[in-house]
Amino acid sequence: MSVSALTAGEPSPAGDDRLALAWRALAEVEDPEIPQLNIVDLGLIRFVRVHSDDSLEVGLSPTYVGCPATEVIRLGVVRALHAARIGNCVVTSVLSPAWSSDWITAQGRQTLLNLGIVPPARTVVNTRDLLRADRPPACPRCQAADTECISEFGSTPCKALHRCRACLEPFEYFKCI
Amino acid sequence: MTAAARLEPQALFHYVLRIGDLSLVLGQRLGEWVGHAPALEEDLGLANIALDLIGQARLLLSYAGEIEGRGRSEDDLAYLREQDEYLNAVLAEQPNGDFGQTIVRQVLIDAFQLDLYERMSASTDERLAAIAQKSAKETRYHMRFSGSWLIRLGDGTEESRSRAQSALQRLWPYTAELFAADDLDQAMADCGVAPRLAEVRAAWDARLDEVLAQATLERPGERPHSWHGKRGRHSEHLGYILAEMQHLQRTYPGARW
Repeated sequence: MSVSALTAGEPSPAGDDRLALAWRALAEVEDPEIPQLNIVDLGLIRFVRVHSDDSLEVGLSPTYVGCPATEVIRLGVVRALHAARIGNCVVTSVLSPAWSSDWITAQGRQTLLNLGIVPPARTVVNTRDLLRADRPPACPRCQAADTECISEFGSTPCKALHRCRACLEPFEYFKCI
Repeated sequence: MTAAARLEPQALFHYVLRIGDLSLVLGQRLGEWVGHAPALEEDLGLANIALDLIGQARLLLSYAGEIEGRGRSEDDLAYLREQDEYLNAVLAEQPNGDFGQTIVRQVLIDAFQLDLYERMSASTDERLAAIAQKSAKETRYHMRFSGSWLIRLGDGTEESRSRAQSALQRLWPYTAELFAADDLDQAMADCGVAPRLAEVRAAWDARLDEVLAQATLERPGERPHSWHGKRGRHSEHLGYILAEMQHLQRTYPGARW
């Protein structure tokens, strides 16, 4: 039974230092594959709650089920919470609802863009017409719209590889899922 | 979990192994391409899909172990079962062959998994519903990768077209097993744990017809089959896959990274 809960996006209640401390600690954990992008901005933290036995539970969603970074992120969360002297805590894997790239925060999208990675389109993947590719994103360097997809699968499961036909530079696109 | 509670735990255990083993064996097969694919992009693509499939298998085998209740972990189930305890349809274990054969096998299974997972997202078993929701999203990308490659190969050069068509002739007979509903599939559908395979088949047929038409490839005719990988009777290929996959755990029991 949870005595206090705080879901992603809600402001921390005044005086509830432990939860606020936990959220601050979590915001220090970076995605190992995309340094500078923290896991709160990536939308991976589903909830932080304190149970009646005083244990703190963090709900963590994987981006892709086979992503090798998931284990590293989980370790990072545990380490950060311990370093923040948060007390007894458990990390629970949350599969449903499945993580969506729509959950990346505005700050997270800006961070991606600063790294030269185009943030995901906001629309859900078209399930009817799977064979037609999404509209290609504009080049993050020269803003040209004339770009092409080189590979649906880039350096990590969450990114596709594109190329700008105007400036000829390749760039990464964070996939919409 | 109400529907699952009405079921024999052993039946649900076997059903979850069927879908988990399909992902595990196909993922292991795709992994053989790493470092050998025709281009770096395809190497990354196949490796990424293999990772997703292994990820699905981990979730499903962990769940299977919990249902069984004998303390077996995902690793115990993956590395320490014998060939006749694997319950994947035999299509997944067919050899990679050339790139065309790998792509044809991938299209056939991606379409099956996509149509299965999309329906299983509404399963009465909450755990399976959650795994299916997550997996369906990823499988859409797999289908787009394999489907668009099949179109390029089929509607490509004479060489690529003939290779894609002969792979299709060779692998098509194995697809019947995916949809052959036995008592176990029936029981899962009756309590809403899994969709009816006839429904999955209808959706799969439509999807395949569309891809094959765009690829200008001919759909092979149906032939009777006698494959029973879903009941543990496999083709000669699975043993070799397991020998490689299980070698380390069998040689050094309990070895960890």
